[in-house]
Amino acid sequence: MQYGSWFGGLLGGDLGESLITGRPVAEAIGPRVLNSLSLAAISLAIMLPLSLVLGVAAAYLRDRAFDRGFLGLSMALNATPEFVTGTLLISLLATNVLRLVPPVSVIPPGDLPWWHPEALVLPVTTLVLGGSMYLSRLVRISYIDVLSSEYIEMARLKGLSTARVLFRHALPNALGPAIPAAMLVAAFVVGGVVVVETLYGYPGMGSAVVDAARDRDVPKLQALIMLIAAIYFVLNLVADLIPGRQRVRRGRG
Amino acid sequence: MSLVEVEDLTVRLDDGGGIVEGIRLAIEPGRVMGLVGESGSGKSTVGLALLGYTRRGARIAGGRVCIGGTELLGLPPSALRARGEVVAYVPQDPSTALNPRLSIRTQLLEALVSARGRPRGEEALSRARELLADVGLPTDGPFLRRRPHELSGGQQQRVAIAMALMCRPRLIVLDEPTTGLDVSTQAKVLALVRRHCSGGETSAVYVSHDLAVVAEVADELTVMYGGRVLEQGTATAVLRTPAHPYTRALLDAVPSVRHRLRLRAIDGAAPPPGAAPGGCVFAPRCPHTIAACLAAEPEQSELAPGHLARCLRVREVSAAPRVHVARVPDPPQAEGEPLLSVRELDAFYGGRQVLFGVSMQLRAGECVAVVGESGSGKTTMSKCLAGLHEECSAEVLLDGRPLPLPASRRDRQQRRTLQYVFQNPYASLNPRRTVGDSLAVPLAHFFDMRGASARARVAEVLERVGLPGGLAHRYPAELSGGQRQRVAIARGLLCSPGVLVCDEVTSALDVSVQAAVIELLRGLLREGLGMVFVTHDLAVVRSIADRAIVLKQGRVVEEGRVASVLQAPSHPYTRALLADTAELQGRETRGATSGVPAVQPVS
Amino acid sequence: MSTTAVPTVMAPGAVRGMRRYLRSPQLRLGCALLVVAVAVAVLGPFLTPFDPSVSIGPAYAPPGSDGMALGGDQIGRDVLSRVLAGGVHLLWMAPLAALSSVAAGAALGLTAAFHGGIADVLLMRLMDVVLAFPTIVFALLFVSIIGPQPWLLVLLVAVALTPGVARVVRGTALPLMSREYVQWGRAVGLSSSRLLWREILPNVTSPLAVELGVRLMIAINILASLSFLGYGIQPPAPDWGVMVSENRNGLSSQPLSVFAPIVLIVLFAAGGNLIAEGIARVMARSEGKDER
Repeated sequence: MQYGSWFGGLLGGDLGESLITGRPVAEAIGPRVLNSLSLAAISLAIMLPLSLVLGVAAAYLRDRAFDRGFLGLSMALNATPEFVTGTLLISLLATNVLRLVPPVSVIPPGDLPWWHPEALVLPVTTLVLGGSMYLSRLVRISYIDVLSSEYIEMARLKGLSTARVLFRHALPNALGPAIPAAMLVAAFVVGGVVVVETLYGYPGMGSAVVDAARDRDVPKLQALIMLIAAIYFVLNLVADLIPGRQRVRRGRG
Repeated sequence: MSLVEVEDLTVRLDDGGGIVEGIRLAIEPGRVMGLVGESGSGKSTVGLALLGYTRRGARIAGGRVCIGGTELLGLPPSALRARGEVVAYVPQDPSTALNPRLSIRTQLLEALVSARGRPRGEEALSRARELLADVGLPTDGPFLRRRPHELSGGQQQRVAIAMALMCRPRLIVLDEPTTGLDVSTQAKVLALVRRHCSGGETSAVYVSHDLAVVAEVADELTVMYGGRVLEQGTATAVLRTPAHPYTRALLDAVPSVRHRLRLRAIDGAAPPPGAAPGGCVFAPRCPHTIAACLAAEPEQSELAPGHLARCLRVREVSAAPRVHVARVPDPPQAEGEPLLSVRELDAFYGGRQVLFGVSMQLRAGECVAVVGESGSGKTTMSKCLAGLHEECSAEVLLDGRPLPLPASRRDRQQRRTLQYVFQNPYASLNPRRTVGDSLAVPLAHFFDMRGASARARVAEVLERVGLPGGLAHRYPAELSGGQRQRVAIARGLLCSPGVLVCDEVTSALDVSVQAAVIELLRGLLREGLGMVFVTHDLAVVRSIADRAIVLKQGRVVEEGRVASVLQAPSHPYTRALLADTAELQGRETRGATSGVPAVQPVS
Repeated sequence: MSTTAVPTVMAPGAVRGMRRYLRSPQLRLGCALLVVAVAVAVLGPFLTPFDPSVSIGPAYAPPGSDGMALGGDQIGRDVLSRVLAGGVHLLWMAPLAALSSVAAGAALGLTAAFHGGIADVLLMRLMDVVLAFPTIVFALLFVSIIGPQPWLLVLLVAVALTPGVARVVRGTALPLMSREYVQWGRAVGLSSSRLLWREILPNVTSPLAVELGVRLMIAINILASLSFLGYGIQPPAPDWGVMVSENRNGLSSQPLSVFAPIVLIVLFAAGGNLIAEGIARVMARSEGKDER
């Protein structure tokens, strides 16, 4: 019953009032959502092309020095939780080794996140490191698979240049399996945001969730979780739809 | 100077093992060279090496390949890529060799990258259309925009051929281009190759394991085994007067459509690539081996001008009287009540009907062949009989009792009596269990036999199919295709069946191995087993079946005793199939004449 | 008409059984790391030079002062002692969650693949729903309602990990269903359970082993992250994740208080990951030779 009216209110833009401050929830979380989405967008904008380049390079230079190094590094980064890589980065760039950026990402309320680029460096780097390692491995595997197929061999035998083989022939086939993974990573970025934001004190959705949970501020918590779920749902939907369009039906021989 | 000269070509694995050694070839303009061998002989490797290419994990270690004056092996990679005008390749499986995401037009046009003058735009398009017409395909826009999966297998292969011809190369290398195609398509492809080369400009290398097919298209023949060339010469010379023991043995294993032959298998197994036996590669399996054969590899001896064989005892072997392949009399009409009787079999595939009222009868000791091309429904029929196909209906009697079609509704006795052997030997056994374990399953399931008695029985059946008992401890990955197929047959035999349904069981096997399996099955027939043998290969039908039914698009168009169906077919479809089937000419056979008077096949 | 006794070896050098796994360098390294981490976690609590919960010196005491080899943490407790004692929770929680998820995922994946049809669709949709939600947020929600109980944490992580395993298992088992030896089993009338256990499961064990390593690593990640956020193991208990969170502010002055627990988390997680990698590589090498 309670949920029914709450849902109704939700659709009308009314997310209820915070138990703590008594102010409307929407007001409180609005800017934070914007902050998180900006962080996610910037991270993804860097992560996606980076993963593609790394993955293709590693697949092409398979088993050589670059590939081995890449596999080792990505494995190490993959294994470490974000808060660990984040802390190491803070140590490296902010406190112990170099002092390039502030260790805490302060965005004063009312300011837009990209007005403070130095505050974004650490969170973006952490997210990019975590996500691109996973994604580039997937691209690599997908590419290796495609590169060993007969039509690639045929393309080489026809005398096509390496670039043409890699991009015109291999890419369309290799991307297919990688796209749902990219969506998953996008979702991860939205979710991994919780740990990263808390670590850097970044005022976004993730840290808001942690705060709301700690304060037992139920309306706020509910609203945030709904929002996050909605984002995930949309991204997963997109992930399901894209391969459907590109699926090649095997004809009868 | 010949158009194509290959000398001392050697390809090795990265870790040093040899794949092919010391290959020597010479091809004149306008001639087709057949490169024949079984799996592991290295023929595909040589085919690819003619383009200066090796698969991953191997490299060209020595020799020279000269085509039309161009030395291919010394070229830097960028120059090598421009070889389209010199040599081009037609792959074995066009469905995987064409990029599924690019249109035919794109794939054809980009082949012109190495043509002189790099024709572009309209000129390039018109060349593509010209070649498509040449191979018998439509040239309109919509067709060009299609993707490979929208074409049939035969069309895909013709596109692949057109693609190879785009730059007008001096040599085309065709790697088993008709495997997996229907005989009618195969016939057209062979005719296309012959026609193209007869002009005198282009030569071809036709790689194949199928001697009958190669005989139809090749002017010269090169026989390979274990990475070496064992015999070379004109097709006529090699086929009529084979000099090397391996060639002779191979010819003795090829079945014929015209006569039922006693096929002879070759004892032993081919060496895997990379193994170095020392001495003659064929010596371990050769009936004429002497001590000198094992000591060192023989050189090529010239038997007659242009006819070479790599054998120390060539003179004695050719001089020895050829033990001709024996014809076996066609079996008499089987008597008695039918073991299996199928009436009005209808089958559906996702709502679409694929079999229409098919009927057949099988008696003990009889083999009925179900013949058809792809799409005929023959595999669906065998699956229905085995109980593995859901959407079908028929009146079936097994041993006089009604047999329900789905396997789940049959009783134990029925499931035991009707056994099924699959086409693909590589998927018929569980890779994680030893042969012995897999074979013990039916014993435990049907006869509650376990432990020592089960093991003894397994060993017994392995002997019966011609395998050593010790094989029970091995895993399927350690066995060759022919051995795995025999294990699959053994598994069926362990159920003490009455009827064996064999679905293209020899299609994936080499000729000599196929011969062994056919002889094994014939032995089982003599012991009273009934067999339904599904195949597309008419020569195999002749070798093993007593009666045959011919399926075309789900309907029986002809049936009768094999001798009459194959010698005097009444239906035009059967006649067309016969006409398109490649037959090895020039073999002399001796033995009983068939019961039906010999009639010239309609060609 | 018998063949000679030498069968053609199609996979030369295919050493069966466990031996080929022991040759993998990744596997060996992974096991080594894992052993070290586990040893610390198991034996550590007995080897602490000081009581991990007692303040010995001033806040963020530098290494060496007051006998504290690695220095003091933010309220002066011995970092070394806390690190040695801090693995206990992770030691039992992560493997338990991982094992449960692998068992549950295998059961679900096999059921979906084997029975197909409605069961498959329903199960996989369910898996998709669970996968679709970010684990940490999911965990935060429940922990905030129920409280940071260890069993709850294990349950949450296991539930979050199961769909991934189920997908992989289903993906491996599905093509097997149409393999000829399974079809033969069906035609002959072997029971479903027999088919599943004796024929299909042995072919799934290798990918499952890989998944175990991967899930272990993810479980460690999540549990440590939850402790870091304050929703896992609660302070003042010594726990590696908690330590990183507690001592963050002293990063510039006493980095060891943060690095010491980090090193151990990484050892544990990397160990699991390497083992998974090692198994996957061995599988890829030998599987390539099985089929033509």
